[in-house]
Amino acid sequence: MTDVVSTPVPAGAAVPLAHAGPAGGPGPAQPFQIVPLAGLPIVGAALVGLVVAIAFNKLWGIDFFHVVSGGLWTGIDLFLGFIIGPIMGRMSIPARVEFSKRLMPKMLLLMPTLVICTLAAGWQLARHEGNLLMSSPNHGWVIASMVVVGVMAIVAIGLLEPANLAVLFELKKPVPNGALIGKLMKRFIYTAGVTGAMQVATLIIMTRLASS
Amino acid sequence: MSGAQTAAGADLVNRKLPPVAEIAVLSMALVIVGGIFMAAHLPAHPPLGFAEVLLVIAAVVLVTNVVLLARLRDFAWASFFLVVKWSLLAYLVIAGILEYIFVLDGTRGQILVVLTCMLAVFAVNVPMLLAFSVARYQPVP
Repeated sequence: MTDVVSTPVPAGAAVPLAHAGPAGGPGPAQPFQIVPLAGLPIVGAALVGLVVAIAFNKLWGIDFFHVVSGGLWTGIDLFLGFIIGPIMGRMSIPARVEFSKRLMPKMLLLMPTLVICTLAAGWQLARHEGNLLMSSPNHGWVIASMVVVGVMAIVAIGLLEPANLAVLFELKKPVPNGALIGKLMKRFIYTAGVTGAMQVATLIIMTRLASS
Repeated sequence: MSGAQTAAGADLVNRKLPPVAEIAVLSMALVIVGGIFMAAHLPAHPPLGFAEVLLVIAAVVLVTNVVLLARLRDFAWASFFLVVKWSLLAYLVIAGILEYIFVLDGTRGQILVVLTCMLAVFAVNVPMLLAFSVARYQPVP
């Protein structure tokens, strides 16, 4: 994947509390970390590895980071949006809350890390392969991938990540506001189609680039 | 949930605030479009006029947003600053890695300045958006 901008949140991520309302509020808050600190060393190690791979500029290293991170990013996005999300939508509200408390903080670390690794390594890979040159027959596909990532970035950073964070802060309150959580989580439902389409477009573009 | 808590929660959800989030998204979208335009031309020399116009508009929109935000009185500033400081750190790291790549690839001069300014606008916009989105629903002390 040869993308340029970042999308730190799971695009189609969980729709867990979409139907939570005042009457069926999520229940009393239990302690949890909004940012799981234990994951920070892993994130740090991944970013150091990324910088080293780019600094050495060896094809295998940047290819590894791009393919592994990009594959996980797309796979997790589609899996959460279209498999886990609908399942969670049918779970009881307390079960959704419990699942969200465990899932969403991890997403807050995982997705930005995958995205920056995908984009940074992807840019270097495109440069390494000569796909950034206007004379390259693949140049148009690379630009298309940038546009796709741009759309995903606006949706994810502009709509989903703020909602994700606001929901986590709400769940930290002694008495979370179910109506607010429901309102915020509807963004995930409304944007799942756009993100799904963009991720499928990414798969088409990247497989096209890889086989040319 | 008691009646008082329900009313307080509804107040937090329904209160009128300036469109800081929407403006931040607009500013971010402008630099993303500008960034894609620039990236589409690299490593050759991109025409800078269009990208510079987008950058200037994005920066003006960002400053306007900061002014709107600064004029808020009844606002959970403690929550805002808690989120903004950590997310700013995270997005500075992200922007720093992208800047490192541009420098490593030999981008120099005015092109690098424009790209750096775009990354800076991006790295300020996102934390502000995240912090506002959290703080707007927090009780005002």
